[in-house]
Amino acid sequence: MLSDPIWQLILVCALATFATRLLPFVALSRQADHPLILHLGRYLPPAVMLILVIYALRDFTPLMPDWRLNMGDDGLPMLVASIMVAGMHLWRRNALLSIMLGTGAYMLMVQLGWSG
Amino acid sequence: MISQMWREAGQQTLPVMFGYLPLGAAFGIVAIEVGIPWYAAAAMSLIIYAGAGQFLATTLLAAGAGLTEVAVATVMLNSRHVFYGLSLLKRFQGAGWRKPYMIFALTDETYSLLTSQSAYSHTLGFRVSLLNQLWWCTGTLIGIAVGSAQLFNSQGIEFALTALFIVLTLEQARRLKQSLPFLIALVTGLGALFLLPERHLLLGAIGSASLLLLVHYRFYQRRGDHHAV
Repeated sequence: MLSDPIWQLILVCALATFATRLLPFVALSRQADHPLILHLGRYLPPAVMLILVIYALRDFTPLMPDWRLNMGDDGLPMLVASIMVAGMHLWRRNALLSIMLGTGAYMLMVQLGWSG
Repeated sequence: MISQMWREAGQQTLPVMFGYLPLGAAFGIVAIEVGIPWYAAAAMSLIIYAGAGQFLATTLLAAGAGLTEVAVATVMLNSRHVFYGLSLLKRFQGAGWRKPYMIFALTDETYSLLTSQSAYSHTLGFRVSLLNQLWWCTGTLIGIAVGSAQLFNSQGIEFALTALFIVLTLEQARRLKQSLPFLIALVTGLGALFLLPERHLLLGAIGSASLLLLVHYRFYQRRGDHHAV
């Protein structure tokens, strides 16, 4: 079972996740007040979030090779749905609503074909 | 008495249930769609139990990433959990046999519930943690069933992850009200996007962002300014 790459990946992932949650509890609590820890704790999470957005949108290609607009699943639907999520969230601040609206709109666009 | 405390825990986790059922289902569907066996997807929700981390794992699995890369990317992605634990050190003291599970189950949502409880008890905290993972695993099983039965066309549902990250970024920006980390993320993220192959993109971007923050820290420390902007 352990020779299966999927189980190796799941185990590594589980251990790595648990390690990040366990670390502060095994480390000395006085390190919690170290200014570098506070600095990283303050600035690293927001930076990671935006990097994840960029990573999730890495395949975005607005134009086809022949300069027509790309209406496929890595084209304009990606941009439109992202703007809908951000707009909805700035308006209502309901995470679930923003995610469901954007995902629903994206699925409709890529499944029904949006180019006409 | 006992059932009353379960009911209280249930009520507290209600908003998390509404989030975890659909998000867990989305994970189950995505996992089935990229070809992960159903029992492996269920095991992920049981022993990894990290929303964004599990989506990232499916992405890396589909992209054929190496184990080292998976480990480093997971640690980087979940590094925020380190800072959750730091503020719960005192609160978890004396939790006894419940403590290992409560540390394991410390997701973003559980953290926010545990830290906002006015009358905290280890029993209640433990049940809140347990119920949250129950919602997550139930959602995953629903997603697995829906994805396997192909009850509906799920093409494009993986966009839920992109949407989640956009929402989390906006929430971070609202809380921090500073542009520095976002400028750093733009530079390193776009830089990695254009310079690095796809499988090293995430690691390169997060690694160089951490380095820039370290340089920024040293720079302001030398100037004796502890309120670095």
